[in-house]
Amino acid sequence: MSDRRDFFGKALGAFAGLGALGALYAAKRTWDPLPSVKAAGFTTVDLSKAEPNVLYTEMWRGKPIFILKVAKDDKAYSDKRLINVGGDKFFIAIGLCTHLGCIPAYFPDKHKFICACHGGQFDAAGEVLKSPPPSPLVIPPFKVDGKKVVLGEAGPEYKKLQEAGVVA
Amino acid sequence: MAHFDPNARPFSHKWMNERLAVDTLQKVLSTEYWIPKNINFLWAMGMILAATFGILLISGIFLLMYYIPDTKQAFDSVNYTVMSEVGYGWLWRHMHGVAASVVFLIIYIHMFTGIYYGSYKKGREMIWLSGMLLFVTFSAEAFSGYMLPWGQMSYWAGMVITNLFSLGSLDFQGLVEWIRGDYVPGQAFLNRFFMLHVLLMPLIIMALIVLHFGTLRIPHVNNQDGEEIDFDAEAQKWKAGLRKESKVIPFNPVFLSKDVFVMSIYFIIYFYLVFYHFEFAMDPVNFDPANPLKTPPHIYPEWYFLWSYEILRPFPKDPGLVAFGFAQVIFFLLPFLDRSPNVAPASRRKPFRCWFWILLVDMIVLTIMGKVPPVGVYTTIGTVAAWVFILLWVTLPIVTKLEKPVRRSK
Amino acid sequence: MKDLKKLGIVVFFTLLVYIGVEPYAHSVMHKHVEGHNFKYPDLKPIAAKGNPETGKALAAACMGCHSIKSQGVPAPMDPVSASGAYGVNPPDLSLIGALLDEKYLAHFLKDPVHTAIVAHKFKDRAYPMPPMATDDQSAADLVAYFKSIAPKEVKPKEAYEFACGRCHEMRYAKWTQIGEVPKTKKNIQTGADLAKLKFNEKLAEYKGNMVKYLGKLPPDLSIIVRARSEEFLETFVEDPQSQLPGTGMPRVGLSKEGYEKVFAYLEEVGDPSKPKREKVGPIVLLYMVVFAFLAYLWYKHQWKDLH
Repeated sequence: MSDRRDFFGKALGAFAGLGALGALYAAKRTWDPLPSVKAAGFTTVDLSKAEPNVLYTEMWRGKPIFILKVAKDDKAYSDKRLINVGGDKFFIAIGLCTHLGCIPAYFPDKHKFICACHGGQFDAAGEVLKSPPPSPLVIPPFKVDGKKVVLGEAGPEYKKLQEAGVVA
Repeated sequence: MAHFDPNARPFSHKWMNERLAVDTLQKVLSTEYWIPKNINFLWAMGMILAATFGILLISGIFLLMYYIPDTKQAFDSVNYTVMSEVGYGWLWRHMHGVAASVVFLIIYIHMFTGIYYGSYKKGREMIWLSGMLLFVTFSAEAFSGYMLPWGQMSYWAGMVITNLFSLGSLDFQGLVEWIRGDYVPGQAFLNRFFMLHVLLMPLIIMALIVLHFGTLRIPHVNNQDGEEIDFDAEAQKWKAGLRKESKVIPFNPVFLSKDVFVMSIYFIIYFYLVFYHFEFAMDPVNFDPANPLKTPPHIYPEWYFLWSYEILRPFPKDPGLVAFGFAQVIFFLLPFLDRSPNVAPASRRKPFRCWFWILLVDMIVLTIMGKVPPVGVYTTIGTVAAWVFILLWVTLPIVTKLEKPVRRSK
Repeated sequence: MKDLKKLGIVVFFTLLVYIGVEPYAHSVMHKHVEGHNFKYPDLKPIAAKGNPETGKALAAACMGCHSIKSQGVPAPMDPVSASGAYGVNPPDLSLIGALLDEKYLAHFLKDPVHTAIVAHKFKDRAYPMPPMATDDQSAADLVAYFKSIAPKEVKPKEAYEFACGRCHEMRYAKWTQIGEVPKTKKNIQTGADLAKLKFNEKLAEYKGNMVKYLGKLPPDLSIIVRARSEEFLETFVEDPQSQLPGTGMPRVGLSKEGYEKVFAYLEEVGDPSKPKREKVGPIVLLYMVVFAFLAYLWYKHQWKDLH
């Protein structure tokens, strides 16, 4: 008999491997975000007192959320990415540059966002005006509820944007 | 200068062999590491200990990801976050808690097996000593880990045990405060015991495990009859295909197959305890958060410390400490207090046989008396058992000196 | 066979240690209290048969302090002011007929202090709950009324909130003595959460009143099921004085079913992994048994020609 493990040894080894897979599954679940983290993933924002062309920043899932009531004279006013909340048009997006994740600053006089890190620019609807950012600012899942917006929940307006291909 | 074949395919057997000597390594560590054939299931305890240490390490890693070493948050991070939020967090905690308790049972079985078969003598002294060092470091590891949930028992055990370092009438309060980093167990104390538990002690334990394995190399593993085996000659027989005649077997796969079987029986029991009977390893008192203003009505160490705790308890403060210190170090001296030349199972060593069983029963009595409240008849039994323990060790050199040489059957 | 004998010796000594340090030592440490299965044998049975209609008229007197939300009767005061007036917030009476023992309730209405066994705490001050029934008949009428408005099914959480929740916090279930911790949101500019701060202020005031009334703050019950044995909890709730003489905890008077509801909630919060253990346990054990069988085959195969 050779010193290699025989059939029984191999069968046992394979079965032990199966057990290791089970343990790996438990380990994977241990790394998952906690339920309390996920539950904190919803933020309700009241937009009734928003002023036009003033940028508000909210926090959602630890990320900054840009909320901008777009002025009627803004070039981006008719952009399909804007969201109608109680008759006003709002730009709502995750305030992280799609290039490498810095937070762009808003310049109300220029009606645009400029990212200090690598000079990317976005208009008031989040469309790219100047690269390097490869794509517009990302719109988070939202649901319109009267004059309020719930972030984290995909409402009918969000689904419409999805169908139109504006958001992924 | 080693020879490297330029045509060897990277990571092929030959390529690896030239660089890491994998064949030699495998021979030395497993397929030609020789173990006596004449052994029983008690010889599997070492591997069971290694496996249990592995379980403690792995479950500990997962607990470490959510544990917060902060006196205000530690309790809830364990009892709420780990137990109800983290996926399978409860499983890691129960596995960790049960393994921490069971590992000591196996250590004691391993130790008493060694004592019974005389596996600490004639060249095997270092095996015993490194094993005892492991016992001490495991004890420190268990104690520091017990502090972490910051429950009532954590806090008060921390208080009482660190107070031992005032060394009785010497009243070294400064030393006690230095160990705690505070006047009482507090944030500094929790942080340093956390460090000890997750870093320093495991590092030392791992180093000692390597040393412990190393000490086995030259004297080799003992066997059921304490027979001195010519390992080289017997290994030659095995290699010549004389499986029946040879007195040795290779570690892998022959010894391992038995080890794994014994281990799997152990794991059935272990997992039964983890899922259906974990309370014995998780004391209810520690599910009350630490309260520096209220001592629980009963405080006691985990079961594996009870016998030495009981040696401390029946005596007045200073003699109690001396007795406690005696209990902590005396097992180290076993190879030197045993004056008999015999390496044989205790059943064949007349007076020593009695000594062995009295010691075992006495330590069990001490263990039980260490848990029950020190009142009435329990105090008496505890005191007697503590004296018996001390006398046993004092008389050991005489008992073993009286022993006649054991005649071999073969 | 020799191996089995040795195994027997190891198992024997292991069990000896286990029995000594666990069941035996604990039986010495904790006194045994005989439970009465929530039958309250010290209270005499009430023979009178109650009339819910008469009871309803009598119950009008309760509403000066108590709410009966299921009947649309609101609380006369908010919990904090009520604790200022009485020590703790008086309970809502909607579930009282469903959770309390009938006999206990009748006696309690006649003589609250002695039925709740709190006389030792009210030697020189009045118990906030006055006797509401002068005789067996009116007590039986009130009980009949509360039984008539009791819902058929009470959720474990509601049972906890009624029976324990006005004195005992349960932070792992986000429960405080004045209700659930509100879900609030921080102000992003200042990081301050005003709604939560206000809630905590109210809670602190409530707790302060309670400490004045009870002498100390009753413990949080989040994981009490792990900190005390089932036997202790049952006999303690049935008669607190039997386990902790002198305690300020009143005899609540739960019926057997009422206690089971409360316990179910304590277990749900304090031992949330129980259903998961019961699910995963058999799988792991079955796996280990198969593993041991395969290991045995390997061992037998490796050792077959060694002797």
